[in-house]
Amino acid sequence: MESNLGWKEYLITRAIRVAGYSAIVFVTLIFYFLLREGLPTLAEVKLTELFALRWYPIEKYFGILPLISGSLIVTLGAALIAIPFGIGTAVFISEIAPRWAREILKPLVELLGGLPSVVLGFLGILVLAPKLRLLLNLPTGLTALTGSLLLGAIAVPTVVSVAEDALDSVPRSYREGAWALGATRWQTIWRVTLPAARSGVLTAVMLGVGRAIGETMTVMMVTGNAPVLVTSLGGLFSPVRTMTATIAAEMGEVANGSVHYHTLFFIGMVLFIISLIVNVTASAVVFRSQKRAERVLS
Amino acid sequence: MNKIEIENLTLQYSDGNESLRNVSMGIRENAITVLFGPAGGGKSSLLRCLNRLNDMADVQTAVGRIMLDGENILDPKTDVIALRRKVGMVFARPVVLPLSIRGNLTYGLEVMGESRRSKLDDAVERSLKQAALWDEVKDRLDDQAIALSGGQQQRLCVARSLALEPEVILLDEPTSGLDPISTAKVEASLQELKKDYTIILVPHSVQQAARAADFAAFFLQGELVEYAEGKSIFTTPVNKRTEDYVTGRFG
Repeated sequence: MESNLGWKEYLITRAIRVAGYSAIVFVTLIFYFLLREGLPTLAEVKLTELFALRWYPIEKYFGILPLISGSLIVTLGAALIAIPFGIGTAVFISEIAPRWAREILKPLVELLGGLPSVVLGFLGILVLAPKLRLLLNLPTGLTALTGSLLLGAIAVPTVVSVAEDALDSVPRSYREGAWALGATRWQTIWRVTLPAARSGVLTAVMLGVGRAIGETMTVMMVTGNAPVLVTSLGGLFSPVRTMTATIAAEMGEVANGSVHYHTLFFIGMVLFIISLIVNVTASAVVFRSQKRAERVLS
Repeated sequence: MNKIEIENLTLQYSDGNESLRNVSMGIRENAITVLFGPAGGGKSSLLRCLNRLNDMADVQTAVGRIMLDGENILDPKTDVIALRRKVGMVFARPVVLPLSIRGNLTYGLEVMGESRRSKLDDAVERSLKQAALWDEVKDRLDDQAIALSGGQQQRLCVARSLALEPEVILLDEPTSGLDPISTAKVEASLQELKKDYTIILVPHSVQQAARAADFAAFFLQGELVEYAEGKSIFTTPVNKRTEDYVTGRFG
């Protein structure tokens, strides 16, 4: 009996260990593959050409700046929408809504997070883009703004769900402490609950931004896909093309091993590095505040 | 003179639990009134009625009146924010806000709209001295409050209520998590404070009740069993149940 248990124990721990290490192995392999396919670009295309303003691979123009700027402006717009709305909704659900509303809202928001992005893109093309075109009197409704609005909608559920968990884990006694001092509900939220949950709220924001920057399908459908450098905020109202959309659109028809092919992987590397920066910043901030809390508690 | 007059107060939570049954008592000014008894007796519920903190919980019915300076604070028209400034509260676990020591003390004043630095600094020094904490923290007012020891945090919470210059102070087992030395310090500062304030204390033990009480009320399962001067209730209780509890036969 006992040796039988020992066997099971052995097998299970082994299986868990393999599962754990395999995550590291997979990420390393992906990263290696990305480097192997992307790095040759640096040898094939001059750096000045790579960071030039024209993306027209058929004519051997491999300037990726328009794509980076397109991704950044769409993501920035999405963040500007998702952060206030997401945190606002999280605060409403966790602090203000009566219990019955909370029980409906929370699953609803999470359901929204599971909506396939292609469906949202479809709605964007059919509903949002024509409306925006008429409303803002633009030549086309397929603009960076359209992408931002939809990406915002995609990122909001992520932000809400994570931020709400963070707010929820703030001890009730904090709130009572503030109320007992005569703080109003809003003052309590703004000065006590939100600051107490700030590392979680920050994580929520970073995850939301990460979600937005990596999103492909929706932006490909609604941003018009014109690789034009965005130089000002006015660029929000014209078509752009993001890095993700470029890879998705062109990877299918590129000659394997060509310069174009390598450059697409190089764009993937850039994307990878950007989301790495976002994630590392997020965990550094969270880690720092955790360490401060530990130091204080010991 | 009675600062607070509680008249036929009955409190029921929305899960059907009755927490207070027809409680009537007067609470004297400039004295420490102790509410004691086994857990679940309704002591904390009563405290939370006195500053309407129960508003945030699921209270179904609150019948009766609580007169503070002649006004019924259970009246829906009562300005709850003003009431909570007049009736300060200290909790069982020290709840320091995620701010600096100074920030904790000035928070209540700031949300009232006080922004003059001199006023705030005065309030910080006065309240810390009253709570017997000034000497220990005066050189590090801008440190995070969470870095203080448990006893210091609890006295900071006392000081925080005092900074608002309340008239009544409610303390809900303020020393339950503290070591004996810190407990003694908190108790000593209460004895000082009662000269200027009306203090209502839910102690964490019968011994503390006996040490601190000018007046004491014994609560059992939502009922006010006996209410008398502290000296008499702990030495010659009238009610059999009070005697059993005070002498340690149950609870």
